[in-house]
Amino acid sequence: MATTMAQALNAALRDAMTEDESVLVFGEDVGALGGVFRITDGISRDFGEDRCFDTPLAESGIVGFALGMAMNGFRPVVEMQFDAFAYPAFEQVVSHVAKMRNRTRGAVGVPMVIRVPYAGGIGGVEHHSDSSEAYYVHTPGLKVVTPATVEDAYSLLREAIADPDPVVFMEPKKLYWSKADVELPVETTPFGTAAVRREGRDATLVTYGPAVPVALEAAEAAVEEGRDLEVVDLRTLVPFDDVTVAASVRRTGRCLVVQEAAGFGGVGAEIAARVQERCFHSLAAPVLRVAGFDIPYPPPIIEKHHLPGVDRILDAVARLQWDDEPDRRWLTGVPA
Amino acid sequence: MTTQAQHRTGSKTLPTGAAEAAARLLPAGLPIRFLDDAGAEALEHEHGEYRLPATDLLVDAYGRMVLGRRFDAQATALTKQGRLAVYPSSHGQEACQVGGVLALRDTDWMFPTYRESMALIARGIDPVESLTLLRGDWHCGYDPNATRTAPQCTPLSTQSLHAVGLAYAARRRGEDTVALAFVGDGATSEGDFHEALNFAGVFQAPVVFLVQNNRYAISVPLSKQTAAPSLAHRGIGFGVRSEQVDGNDPVAVLAVLQHAVESARAGEGPFLVEAHTYRIEAHTNADDATRYRDSSEVELWQRRDPIARLEAYLTATDALADDDIGAAREEAEAFAAKLRDRMNEDPQVDPRAMFEHVFAEPTPQLREQRTWLEEELAADEGDA
Repeated sequence: MATTMAQALNAALRDAMTEDESVLVFGEDVGALGGVFRITDGISRDFGEDRCFDTPLAESGIVGFALGMAMNGFRPVVEMQFDAFAYPAFEQVVSHVAKMRNRTRGAVGVPMVIRVPYAGGIGGVEHHSDSSEAYYVHTPGLKVVTPATVEDAYSLLREAIADPDPVVFMEPKKLYWSKADVELPVETTPFGTAAVRREGRDATLVTYGPAVPVALEAAEAAVEEGRDLEVVDLRTLVPFDDVTVAASVRRTGRCLVVQEAAGFGGVGAEIAARVQERCFHSLAAPVLRVAGFDIPYPPPIIEKHHLPGVDRILDAVARLQWDDEPDRRWLTGVPA
Repeated sequence: MTTQAQHRTGSKTLPTGAAEAAARLLPAGLPIRFLDDAGAEALEHEHGEYRLPATDLLVDAYGRMVLGRRFDAQATALTKQGRLAVYPSSHGQEACQVGGVLALRDTDWMFPTYRESMALIARGIDPVESLTLLRGDWHCGYDPNATRTAPQCTPLSTQSLHAVGLAYAARRRGEDTVALAFVGDGATSEGDFHEALNFAGVFQAPVVFLVQNNRYAISVPLSKQTAAPSLAHRGIGFGVRSEQVDGNDPVAVLAVLQHAVESARAGEGPFLVEAHTYRIEAHTNADDATRYRDSSEVELWQRRDPIARLEAYLTATDALADDDIGAAREEAEAFAAKLRDRMNEDPQVDPRAMFEHVFAEPTPQLREQRTWLEEELAADEGDA
């Protein structure tokens, strides 16, 4: 049966709530409306308004309030509505949610999930398409995960809700309506396990979230050019699966990191650094990155020129020194 | 549950009876007082529904305030000796520090800031554990669950939201727990304070916000913090019942806080209490208050000293004899001496502890980094 990612997320919430009375869902418009993306559709009706409810429109309030509830026996799953609208909660997330266990020497854990619909490609106007994952990934004490498949949407959300630590759950908006033949519930896969979405011999594309389907499409297109690309979907950015990534790159000898977020200081930079640290002697070419440009997210009419697409990925693959030619992009230099 | 009721009523009707509702929420025109500046009964003031606290409780409060002030002086001295990284004094705020604690049951929660070390002592938390944050050997020295006391919060007012969430959770679980959040006057300007009041109002959480208005946010005076008639007036905009009290009148502070806590416990919703008090010392040992305020102002407030007022009142009502006063001071001296001895020992902190409790289970990367630190430590030992 064809299931959308949105339906899989909804099912994960329902199954978690059925299994554990302490799981609550709250945020802006998640009650009667079912969320602006309908991820909580029908949950308030079916589980009651005590288990799934609307809050005042205040993101810091939502997260701080949730932390207090998590200190006292509940497992809140809160929705931030949009990436950029989660910023008012940043202090609560960084200074409190992420640190509570550590600052209390393990006495107070805060099992909570902060769901953040993120990234672009949906024609959204300003402030509706940010890739904000690097802010959270850079904060010790947070787990940060992002599904790229329908199955993983269910698996990762169940794992997130069951986790004893706070999880920032980043949902690629443009994949909400992606479909797959999946019978739910699926067996879940633990955090810290990357998935090889496509096996290949010639180069490894390391990617996550909204960029995964694009990387897979590029890998199929590369077959025509005689290149067999492996695609690794990280699934969980924290904890990071160094083992799977390094094993793949050592096997293929080439690595391209693909992310939708702006490149500078992004998750892809961390991946590239980790790969060269661990795989330098297996590499036939420098690790390259394909990322969004270092610009404020552009208006929707031109966003396709910002988002890494198949052609940009294939161009980068072509620059992986297949004939021992240095990468001309860096040789010709950047204007000073 | 509360949320259901709210969802059902929705926003079908225009507000009616706003004037009556407002009257119930607004604070008194003048701060509630039971004692005048000298500690005599302030007969000219109406106490409304606030009841004179039991004499035993006031005597108890007196002892804790004397102890608290001596502790505060000792902590300041320890800072000068380099034993504490920093110390924010609450000298002059003893009525609030102790009143906030004594209004609570052991099962209630309190959410202190960095200036509440005295309140931690009053709550019976080990003084060395209370000073862990300020000594710098860890971020929080006591077990919040065992003491029902959240870690001292350094960001301003962020913990108010935790108090609301925790109190609401308790209510959902059928417990009659109340949470009390301490904030200062400066912190009432932070967005989280407003969001906390709003959430508390909407969810009718059993939480009490105790604003110690000590007149200064480091150097910035109250006049630059708000144009509101009082900080207590901020409650009405959120449907939160509010009161203002003379924060240096221990009798009034206890009377109002007891009422606020029990009203929250009884399901009558949250309560905001503004206590007018004064920070006698500088913001911390690192601050120089002479740069922004006149010593005559400090002297004015020293004449309203909360310990002297309570002592005068309890002596006049024969609840306290000279022997009792002497005993309280002796106990405080002994407490300070013992604290001094304990704090003069160098804290032993295993650096590897920094890797503990980042997550319930360490990630592979953290395990790896821990071994790097262990190698550095082993190398250091080899060099030594």
